[in-house]
Amino acid sequence: MKYEKRFSNRKFDELREMDAKVGIIERADGSAMFKIGKTIAIAAVYGPRQLHPAFLRNPQRGILRCNYNMMSFSGSGDRVKPGPSRRSREISMVIENALMPVLDLSDFPNAVIDVFIELIQTDAGTRCAGITAAAMALADSGLTMKDLVSAVSVGKVGDKIVVDLDKEEEDFEGGATDIPIAMTPRTGKITLLQLDGEISKEELDKALKASRDACNKIYGLQKKALKEKYGDKNV
Amino acid sequence: MYNELRDYMIALFANNTRKDGRKLLDYRKPIKVEYDISPKSAEGSARVTIGKTEVIAGVKMEVGKPFPDTPNQGVLIVSAELVPLASPEFESGPPDIQAIELSRVVDRGLRESKAIDLDKLCVKEGEKVWIIFVDIYPINDSGNLFDAASLAAIAALKNAKMPKYDAKEDKIVYGEATNKKLPLNKTPISCTISKIGNYILVDPSYEEERVCDARLTVTSEKGVINAMQKGGPNSLSHEDIMKMVDISLEKAKELEKAL
Repeated sequence: MKYEKRFSNRKFDELREMDAKVGIIERADGSAMFKIGKTIAIAAVYGPRQLHPAFLRNPQRGILRCNYNMMSFSGSGDRVKPGPSRRSREISMVIENALMPVLDLSDFPNAVIDVFIELIQTDAGTRCAGITAAAMALADSGLTMKDLVSAVSVGKVGDKIVVDLDKEEEDFEGGATDIPIAMTPRTGKITLLQLDGEISKEELDKALKASRDACNKIYGLQKKALKEKYGDKNV
Repeated sequence: MYNELRDYMIALFANNTRKDGRKLLDYRKPIKVEYDISPKSAEGSARVTIGKTEVIAGVKMEVGKPFPDTPNQGVLIVSAELVPLASPEFESGPPDIQAIELSRVVDRGLRESKAIDLDKLCVKEGEKVWIIFVDIYPINDSGNLFDAASLAAIAALKNAKMPKYDAKEDKIVYGEATNKKLPLNKTPISCTISKIGNYILVDPSYEEERVCDARLTVTSEKGVINAMQKGGPNSLSHEDIMKMVDISLEKAKELEKAL
């Protein structure tokens, strides 16, 4: 089906309006907020700290533990039941994998770095917003990082390759393919990739290319937010 | 465990001052309420900050069965999740006793003051009524979640608009809010007073909470007391309680101004 013009009037490669802030939770070791369109994610980092339960401890290196959670009132339909679901547990796991490649936890044997992500409002792209916020929170916590991680969802709506799908586009009757992607922006290496829908090899190639430009824009904003807190010389 | 901290604090209290420079009966500043922080998804929402403590609350509404003993009344359900994002001391998992106490204290303030006119939330007697969920999430616990959570709950209720209900299809058309506000008649305000040694203070920081002997949360509406909760390991005298009630009724006015 033809998709001539985006519901939101954006260009096909245009991100929604974004906002980012670092250092929003006093009690946390690192924290950040990232807003893209109506999706609002906040993230807090605690650690390195002692890991419980003990059997999960790794004497070689620290582990990264992520927890993604939607607040009960953050969904577009009925109230979301509090507590973990199959969906949230899987997302937490892929977020861990998305962030791990930029960390080196060999200095923290037996310890854990906890990353908590909460969604205050959702309009698609929540795992990507969560990753983008979490990467800034990790940097804010002072951990050594090889790079930041920037994430965006790209995909195909009707017959068009689009960047940063919103909920209305995800639900497009003519068919929508959603591809959440996270990458380390300096090298363009991909650390999260999922896909739901129907897409050709050529279109996937195009979507991946589009994600690189989009992630670079997000990376720019992440750096800006970190500099707002720390000034130029530390970033 | 916190003996040294406690001794240090009590020495400060003797000069009517605290670790953060406040007087004993001063709230942290600013006390701030921000409305509609999740407008797309929640029927109503608000963020409350007291100093660095931040709590958000959201209201979701559904249509469901009433309780058998109140067939013509809506249902109010208040929950609090102490998400580990907000403090190094909170852990993942089902609500612990701290979260349960917090939500029940907020719930009783709303319920006992009859803040919401539940009679007006009946759709069809004995079959269908509105269910109001108030969900409370601390974002940063720098102390005194009780007062911040109560204020956030009432602010989110004030902010809420009834969603559109399609009676024929028996479902809610989310995203199409009406202009109708909730039937909210009262604004109960909670104010928590702590006792450390022989000193009485308001708005405890998280460190003061650690060394607190007793606390009293008083929820009142225009000077009338609707709910109280004593906490902490030690006792309070009759005189203590009356003094604490006096202070909390006075401080409630200050908190209400933020709404």
